[in-house]
Order: sequence, then C-alpha cells, then structure tokens
Amino acid sequence: MILLSLILIPFAAGIISFLWKNDSVKGWALAASLLTLGIAAFACMVNTSNSLMFNANWISSLGARINLLGNGMSMMLVLLTAIVFPVIFITQWNKPQTEIHRFTGLMLLSQAGLMGVFLANDLLLFYFFWELALIPVYFLCSTWGGEKRIPVTFKFFVYTFLGSLLMLAGIIYLYLQTPGRTFDWETIKQTGASLPAMEQQVLFCLFFIAFGIKMPVFPFHTWQPDTYEQSSTPVTIVLSALMVKMGLFATVKWLVNVLPGGTAYWTNTVMVLSVTGIIYASLIAMVQSDMKRLIAYSSIAHIGLMSLGIFANDPNGIAMNGLMVQMFNHGINITGMWLIVAMVEQRYGTRNLRELGGMAGSAPTMAIAMVIIAFANIALPLTNGFVGEFMLFHGIFQSSNPHHITFMVLAGLGVILGAVYTLNMVQKVAYGEAKTSVVVKDVSRNEMLGLIIIIGLIILLGVYPKLLFGIIG
Amino acid sequence: MMFAALSVKDKKTFTLLATILLSVLVGVNIYELSHIMKGEVPEAMFNGMLKYGSFSIWFNTLMTAVALLYVLLCGRNIEKVGQHVGEYYALIFFILCGANLLSGYNNLLILFLGIEIISIPQYILAGSDKRNLKSSEASLKYFLMGSFSTGILLMGIALLYGSMGTFDITRFNFMEHSVNAMSLAGILFLVVAFGFKVSAAPMHFWTPDVYDGAPTPFTAIMATVVKAAIFVAFFRLFSETFGGISAHWNLVLSIVTALTLFIGNITAVFQQSVKRMLAYSSIAQAGFMLFAVVAVNATGSKGIIIYSVAYSVATIGMFAVLMKLKDYTYDGFNGLGKKQPFLAFAATIFLLSLAGIPLTGGFFAKYFVLTAVMEQGPGMMWLVIFALLMAAISVYYYFKVLMAMYFKKGDPELADTVSGSDRLFLGIAVALIIVMGVAPDLLLAWLKN
Repeated sequence: MILLSLILIPFAAGIISFLWKNDSVKGWALAASLLTLGIAAFACMVNTSNSLMFNANWISSLGARINLLGNGMSMMLVLLTAIVFPVIFITQWNKPQTEIHRFTGLMLLSQAGLMGVFLANDLLLFYFFWELALIPVYFLCSTWGGEKRIPVTFKFFVYTFLGSLLMLAGIIYLYLQTPGRTFDWETIKQTGASLPAMEQQVLFCLFFIAFGIKMPVFPFHTWQPDTYEQSSTPVTIVLSALMVKMGLFATVKWLVNVLPGGTAYWTNTVMVLSVTGIIYASLIAMVQSDMKRLIAYSSIAHIGLMSLGIFANDPNGIAMNGLMVQMFNHGINITGMWLIVAMVEQRYGTRNLRELGGMAGSAPTMAIAMVIIAFANIALPLTNGFVGEFMLFHGIFQSSNPHHITFMVLAGLGVILGAVYTLNMVQKVAYGEAKTSVVVKDVSRNEMLGLIIIIGLIILLGVYPKLLFGIIG
Repeated sequence: MMFAALSVKDKKTFTLLATILLSVLVGVNIYELSHIMKGEVPEAMFNGMLKYGSFSIWFNTLMTAVALLYVLLCGRNIEKVGQHVGEYYALIFFILCGANLLSGYNNLLILFLGIEIISIPQYILAGSDKRNLKSSEASLKYFLMGSFSTGILLMGIALLYGSMGTFDITRFNFMEHSVNAMSLAGILFLVVAFGFKVSAAPMHFWTPDVYDGAPTPFTAIMATVVKAAIFVAFFRLFSETFGGISAHWNLVLSIVTALTLFIGNITAVFQQSVKRMLAYSSIAQAGFMLFAVVAVNATGSKGIIIYSVAYSVATIGMFAVLMKLKDYTYDGFNGLGKKQPFLAFAATIFLLSLAGIPLTGGFFAKYFVLTAVMEQGPGMMWLVIFALLMAAISVYYYFKVLMAMYFKKGDPELADTVSGSDRLFLGIAVALIIVMGVAPDLLLAWLKN
C-alpha cells in the first residue's frame, strides 16, 4: 500500500491541480510533493530487506498484474524523485508562470509516471508508466520554454516514442515465450535467460534502443542538448535529473538481468559507445558558450560513465553499487546546476558565457553555491559526486572485461575534461569583470531554501555516504 | 424509422426517436447475449444461413452502442445536412442492419447481401449534400468504384461456389478438395473485394475523396461502423473458413497490410486538412486491423473487437470535435486549447488513442493485433517492426493537431456552440476510451471460449 500511495498521491494531486483555478495551486502541489517525500522517506526506512511490495489483479486475461516492488535501486530513485519535486516547487514559488494549474498538474503527473517506472515489477505496467512519464513532459516542454521549443520537443517525443514502440515489440515477444503468459519480473527474467543466444541478441537491441535514447547514450543523444536548452528549467530538471535515470534503471532491471546472453554479446559495443559518448560530449562541452548546452553535454558525459558501470561486470559488484550511488548523486548535483543556471538567467537575462562575469561581486551567496555544486559535478572529494565516481572507477578497474583498462583510462580522461569545462564556466560566470551594469539581487528566500537542501545533501552524502548504502541494502 | 419519415415533421424528433430505438436495440442485444452466456446454444436461422454466437452478438451490441454514441454526438449535425432527416436516419439504420448480417453470416449469399445493404445507403449518404459539388462527386465516385468491387466480390463467390459446390461456409472443406486454382482465384478475388471495402492499399484510392467530399457526420459513420463491420466479415471468413489454408494467402495479405500501413501513414503526413488527414489515417488504421486477419487466431478476434470499438469511438469523437469548427485545416485548430479547453482535451484523448498511447483504448487495440501476429511465430516479425515504425510516423500527423490546439496562438471560429449535452457525450466518449485503456478485460469478458 505504501508503494501504491507513492504513485497515487502525485497522480491524484495532479488531476486536482488541473481543476484548480487560482494561484494557491502552488501550495497544493508543494504540500502533495512533501507528503510524497515523507512517505518515500518512511518507505526507505522500513524497506530494510526489500520487503515492500504490492500485488493486485489488473488484466487477468493477459496475466498482467499491478505488481510493485521496492528494491534497493528503485527505492533510491523513488527517494530522489520525491526530493527533486518539492525542491522545484520551492524554487519556482516566486517565478512568474502562465497557466500555473496546468504546469503543476503536468509536473505531478510526470512524477507519478516516474514513481511507477521505478516501482513496477510487471513488464506491461512498466511500459504504461514509461509512457505516462513521457506524455506530461511533452506538454511541459512544448508549452513553456524557448522559441524553438515546439519542433525540438517534437523531435524528442518522436525519438523516445519510436524507442518505446521497438521495446513494445520486444515486450510482446518475451511475453509470448513465458510459461503461462505473464509479465511478472521473475518469470520474465527466467524466460529471457533461457532464450537462445540469437533471439537474446535481437531482443537486446529492441530494448536497448529504447533505453539508450532515454539515457541518452551516444549516438542516440541528438535530441538531448536541444531539448534541455529549449525547455524551461523545472522541466529540464525533471528531464535530466530523473528521466535519464529511467533509462539507466531500466537497463539494469529489465535488460542486463533479463537477457544475460544478449548483454554478454553486446557489452563491448555498448562500452565503446559509452566511452565515445564521454569523450565526445566532454569535448563539445568545452566549446559551448551557452550554460544550458554546456551542462547538457556534461550530463551526457556523466551518463556515459554510468552506463559503462552497468556493463562493467566486476566480480564484487562494486560498479553496480557505484552506479546506484551515482544515479542519486548525479540527480542532486544536476538539479543544483540547473537551479543556478535559472537564477543566473533570470537575473542577467542571458546564459551566454561571453556576456556574463563578476557574479561573485554582486551576488556572493549565489557564487558560493555555484562553486560548491560545480565541485560536486566534477566529483571532488568530500562532495557526493566523489563517492559514486570512485566506486564506478573501482568497479571498472576490477572488471572481467579484457579491455577494461582502456575503457577506464578513456573515461578518466572524461573526468579531467569535465573539470576543465565546469571550472571554466564557474570562472567566467562568477569571477572576472562584470560585463553589465545591471545590479543583481542575491538569492531570494525560497531559492535559498532550495539551495540549502541541495548543498546540504551534497556535503552530507559526500562526508557520510553510508546513508545511501543503507537504502541500497 | 423509415415510416417515421412520412409522419414526423420536426427534425429534432428524428434524433430522439433514433436514440430511443438504438437504446432498445442495445438492450435486446444484451438480453440475447445473457442467454448465450448462460450456456444456451445459439440457433441457426434461415436454414443455417445466419448464426449468432457470443462473438457476433457482442460485436452487434458494441456496434449498436457505437451508433448510439454517434447519434448522440452528431445528431444535431445530421439535422443540418438537409431536409430529409428521416431518410438519413433510415439509411443509417439500414447500415446497422447490414452490419448485423455481416457479423453472423454463415453463407456467402448473406455476406453479399450484407455488404450491399451496407454499401447502397452509403452511396446515397455521401451525396446527400446535393448543392455541394464535392459531395456529388464523392457519391458518384464511390458508386462507380463500389459497383466495380461488388462485381469482383460476386466473381469470387461464384468461383468458390464452383469449386466447393455450396455457399455454406461451414461446409467448405479444403481437406477433401485439394486446394485448386479455382478456389484460390476465388479467395484472391475476395481479398481484392474486401480490400476495396475496407480501403486497403492498393484499393484505397476512393477513400480520401469520398471521406472528404461526403458531409462530415456521414463520413464519421462510414469510417467507423461500416469499416468495423466489413472487417468482422473479412476476419470471420478468412479465419474460420480459409484459416486452414492460410499458407496460400497469408503472404499476399501481409503485403497488402504493409502497403496499406505505408501509404496511409506517409500520405497522411502531407495533408493540410484535418478531415482529409483523418481519411488517410483511417486507411492506416485499417492496416492495423488487417493484422488481425493476417494472424488468424483467437487473439486476433479479441483484437478486432477492441480495435473496432476503440477506433470507432475515437474517430467519431474526433469528427464530432471537427464539426464544431468552421475551418477544417490544421490552422483552424490554432488556439483551441485556450478557447475551448474541454473540446481540446477531448480531442487530445481521441488523438492519443488513435496514436496508440498507453492508458487509452487505442493502445490495447494495437497491443492485441500485434500480439496476435507475433503468436504466429518469428516469421512475421518483419511486419510487426514495420508496423511499429509506421505507428511512430502516425504520431507526426496526430500531434500536429495537438500542437495547433495548445502551442499555437489563434482564435478558432466555431461553427456551432458547445452545449452542455455535447460536453456530456464527449465526456462519455473520453471516459470509454480511458476505461478501455485501463481495463480492456471489460470488453473481452463477454466473449466465450
């Protein structure tokens, strides 16, 4: 029941938001998301032995059930989702926003979809939520954002929808092979593993294209920088902090576990793609002058490292644990990054690095926050980013893959480049001479609250990462 | 209904009468069905020429209900087409009668009769807006092409009769007679004739002009109830009778399916008018329904039920929204989201359903027909992947309407006010689609075996 409420509360709150006619809908959305956060935190505490589950009848003639399971990784991402949404609502509190009730309604619906994706233990249910998360985001991106938002979002939608459809073919194929026709995870897992090698390889492609587009992994990433740039910041946060995790999470739960034969066959290909993505995105990030595009490319590089971790296959499973930690931390850090970008853009009216400078003089708190979040983004020790990346590299180092050292060195190169472009951005925005005479205000109270939550988590989890391992179990 | 045209003068009365009669028909169908569900063996009628099992009666119930929804949503527009409202309704009832024959026929003659009873009222309805040249053109075109395909249908039936010695499809036995050229030619003629009636490529050329030219309320019924009924006839004949020798015709039909999907989807992309786009989209959707015929199995029969209902409700709903607007181009939808939020929301759900997005009936429609084909083995995988690529293309033209409604600025002119009852019935249609998308079992529970 606890798990079900994590999906139903945002869903119901979202529907109610649509009907709400005045500005107090903001308070309603915040209250609903805080309630969700409370339940998620409680669920993480009681879920010590992966005991949380929910199972009810759904479509009996198909053998589909409403089957939810909270294991370590899903609870981690549920918690992340539950944290990010209130932070968005808090920092958006004072921002002028048109059609606020539609905005909050769609946001809460996408939260319900995300929760469902992370919790679903039934393949058809998973597919439902996978799409449910996408549709509200499509409307969010297209309604609020930059000038080119409509075609850009449409490209994003067609990309991901095509991926979903290919996955649907894979889902039906797997389903037809199961004994007694069921979508249950355990049965799917056994069925998938017992399929002949050739079929597993083809199925792997069908699933991986869907997940790879969502992550996004090179060369399926072309929708991503445009979409991040054009959509408004709250939506960018949902996309980059949470929706990309859908791809990573699904790869672990529904691909690597289900199709071991296919995974073994394609591991090297995926790892090469991931490393290419890391280097390629880092190099492009270095020459970006738009802050949003820069962070978008940096995100591709980070995701590349995580997908490398999924396929590292080290004997002790360190990479997998590192991946889980890093998924959470990346979500927190990139949320912080986008918050800063939004504040800069709101105050200076531009995101162009060439037109920015000297923020530390007029807005010192903002500059400090930016530096801390940037440090976390490049994984400096004592920040949360360090823990995850360290474990990922450790895992890749111990990997049984014959080329693991090459992959590790190249991925390490990506980290160094990451420091180059991130610090370059900090330097250009926060320091140097002020390029405009505009006097900017420092952080407002609600922005401060949002930043405190983010920075608090960055330092807390950097110093005491054991909290996260408790959730992983 | 036909006699009512003589005595009733007020146009509104016709709609009311049609509503009542259709409700009664739905009730009678459900009553019949409840008998069959209790285990009574259905009796054959007219010397075994007609036989209604649970599938047929359930299909009749659903189609009558869809027609009821159609009258509720489009009744006001039917009244506006011209002076002879009573006749229009009588013709629509004829179509429904033909549809009922098609779901229960056991004899090729009844099949022919059913198809003609469905077709002839359509020729008239297409041309009912007599002052409009396009409407007359649609009628003539449809009539000429339709009679041509009727000839082919008769030819096919004659060839089958020649090789089998009977019209009774239950007595067709392809094991005794080794399959010969004559019966195969007959089957091929039937594929062409059915293909014409359901607008499968390459026999689809009449569809866009006829759907575009006919008065919109009549396009709505031509694209839904008629199409679904002919599909059921197609499915029943090919799965029950020719299922055993599917190896002989499956490839031809697969190619027809792929071609239909391709032409329907690609051409729909280039349309400027939403009405014409819906005509091409109905070709594309027919491609998906053909999947059920290609599959020849029990999942296919479930698929065809769900597809018929989900597609019909969404299409009728979409036409109902369209009729509220003056301008049928995409630009005519600009800014509808602001001006008429409910109308736009309903259109959104209908379009999402047509595109096959989960949580709508359209998803399970596609799901069932795809599953049905995949059950036939990995050999059909190419068709499935191809269809999915085409489904991704279909998103393009369906979402173009969404984009116009929500993201473009404009002040759409309404042809008609949106009354409270319009809202209520659109709301019911939306609710039906979502219920089908969450619990498709409700539609299948009435199917026996």
